Amino acid sequence: MQTITQGCARMKRRVPKRTYSSTRLPRCPTGIQGLDEITGGGLPRGRPTLICGSAGCGKTLMSAEFLVRGATQFGDPGVLMSFEETEGELTANLASLGFDLKRLIREGKIVLDYVHIEPSEIQASGEYDLEGLFVRLGHAIDSIGAKRVVLDTLEALFACLPNEGILRAELRRLFRWLKDKGVTAVITAERGRESLTRHGLEEYVSDCVILLDHRIYDQIATRHLRVVKYRGALHGTNEFPFLIGDDGISVLPITSLGLNHRISSERIGTGIGRLDAMLGGRGFFRGSSILLTGTPGTGKTIVAAKFAHAACLRGERSMFFSFEESPNQIIRNMQSIGMHLEPLVKRHLLRFYSARPSLYGLEMHLATMFREIAAFRPEVVIVDPITSLMDAGTDFESKGMVTRLIDFLKGGQITSLFTSLTQGGHALQQSEMAMSSLMDSWLLLQEIEGNGERNRVLYVLKARGMAHSNQIREFLISNKGIDLVDAYIGPSGVLTGSARMAQAARETAAELARQQEAARRQRELSRKRGALEMQIAGLRSEHEASDIELRQIDRQVGTQTRLLDAERTELGRLRQSDGSLAASRAVRKSLKARAP
Amino acid sequence: MKVVKSSSPCPAASGKSAKVWRFHLYVSGRTSKSLAAYANLKSICERSMLGGYRITVIDIAERPKVAKADQVCATPMVIRRNPRPIRTVIGTLSDPDLVLVGLDIASAI
Repeated sequence: MQTITQGCARMKRRVPKRTYSSTRLPRCPTGIQGLDEITGGGLPRGRPTLICGSAGCGKTLMSAEFLVRGATQFGDPGVLMSFEETEGELTANLASLGFDLKRLIREGKIVLDYVHIEPSEIQASGEYDLEGLFVRLGHAIDSIGAKRVVLDTLEALFACLPNEGILRAELRRLFRWLKDKGVTAVITAERGRESLTRHGLEEYVSDCVILLDHRIYDQIATRHLRVVKYRGALHGTNEFPFLIGDDGISVLPITSLGLNHRISSERIGTGIGRLDAMLGGRGFFRGSSILLTGTPGTGKTIVAAKFAHAACLRGERSMFFSFEESPNQIIRNMQSIGMHLEPLVKRHLLRFYSARPSLYGLEMHLATMFREIAAFRPEVVIVDPITSLMDAGTDFESKGMVTRLIDFLKGGQITSLFTSLTQGGHALQQSEMAMSSLMDSWLLLQEIEGNGERNRVLYVLKARGMAHSNQIREFLISNKGIDLVDAYIGPSGVLTGSARMAQAARETAAELARQQEAARRQRELSRKRGALEMQIAGLRSEHEASDIELRQIDRQVGTQTRLLDAERTELGRLRQSDGSLAASRAVRKSLKARAP
Repeated sequence: MKVVKSSSPCPAASGKSAKVWRFHLYVSGRTSKSLAAYANLKSICERSMLGGYRITVIDIAERPKVAKADQVCATPMVIRRNPRPIRTVIGTLSDPDLVLVGLDIASAI
């Protein structure tokens, strides 16, 4: 599908008129959604175009739409010459697409001419020509000044008229004549076994050939369109899926024109506070695409519903595409966790769309979703789950579908959340390879089994353009809602649920024991300290006592000395001591001896 | 402009007077094919009719609406309008046997 995207991007670049001078073939816009982009503006103006395909692939419808849109949108009157369906049948068939053929005929914008030839009633003898057809066509064209002509299954003539040689010559003349008339003609033809058309009409109509195809894969049919040939112009050569909806044909990959969406840096919350915290504190970017994968029963729908719920509470509109549960079931289930969606539905903030994936093919689903989104214009779109939708097509198709859906949503700045169911035991990352690269953010919900229980955990695997947590969080669902808690990560691994609780209890006990031990040691130490202090007090008092004693001794010694001196002096005086006199005499003698 | 060329030789004496064969010959202009078809048809009628016959030549180039109304596609084309049912033969009617079978005249002879 990538190639289609590129092809389309190329076509889109071709569309602007600036680069095309008079050398470019003039185009006749079909007005068919997507076809003009593929062909670079429409069918070659003034030339015949062949639309071929097997029965039931939409040839008549496509050619009729070309005519009706020409008459209504581009002011080109047209002639529809039908060889298979009567006017009544055609009118009824086109009415189902909302085209009012009767009114257009009444207003002179379209002329319908049913050519009835009954092979069983016709005999041929000798040469003939198709002048009757020319006259009728010429008259029809001239009567309203038609610019467009559709010949629906001209090949019916081969079945009705004999002498193929004459017929071929006449058809060649017819195409020449149409060119000379300057009308843009569309000729439809049945697909042949080996050639494009059963009777080799592509030989004569060599300007533009479009091949329609209706393929069935896995019991689901998808229509494809391919421009086989477009003389004198580049064109998308890929096969493009197309579908026939209520409002005509749309050739699809027109939304995948390029990667140039407007980008918002606004962030929107998920409705789960802790999840916002994991995403840099502010949630996802507006207009981003979010993938939510998980095994069965991990709570994907709950997260998705919470996201939509949060958007509605902000006053935004949310669209919930559910491919597994009915809206009422979702509303009831969310009620059980305290999320009330019904009032939001009543206030037209939330809209559900439920359908079985096998209801129709991928393309039809896509078209329906586009239509619903265009009608409701939501800010947030939930697809729950995208995987069951993808099962409706091949890998290639489904990736293309998701690409186009994301492109479409991003183009409208719609934030999208896709849940994806992974089978238990699958390598999670691997099974989502196809989708994950298209997504801006990827949340993974997982169940961890252990201790006889399963616990939900959530990771943020990727979140483009924002710092995000690499941590595992335990995902809790209770009747109060959802919450994320830190899972225990430690030497014994990641613990969740009761194991986490047990570990927490163990930790509390250990903490308590530690506290008690500390208290005991504290008590002991303080007791020891008290003892020491008492010891210190004893010693100090002892010290003081000895101090006092010492001072007393000192005092005693001083008194005794004084008493002794006094006694000695007294004694000397009593003994009439001359010691002092003798000493003074000796001093005087030595002084005399020194003097000359 | 309806160019009517009627040919009704001796209004049959045999009791089947009611049976008048009516043919519409649709041509586009006075081409060699148109003329040949008329001549051939006329000679076949002359040779095989028991009762009366009438050939109406209609030039669709002049009356395109008739071409649509009468579902003319290939020209020249002759339609047996009477007696019913309608029978159609296209071409220059160069093979009388095929024309007799195609217009179911053979049974009347």
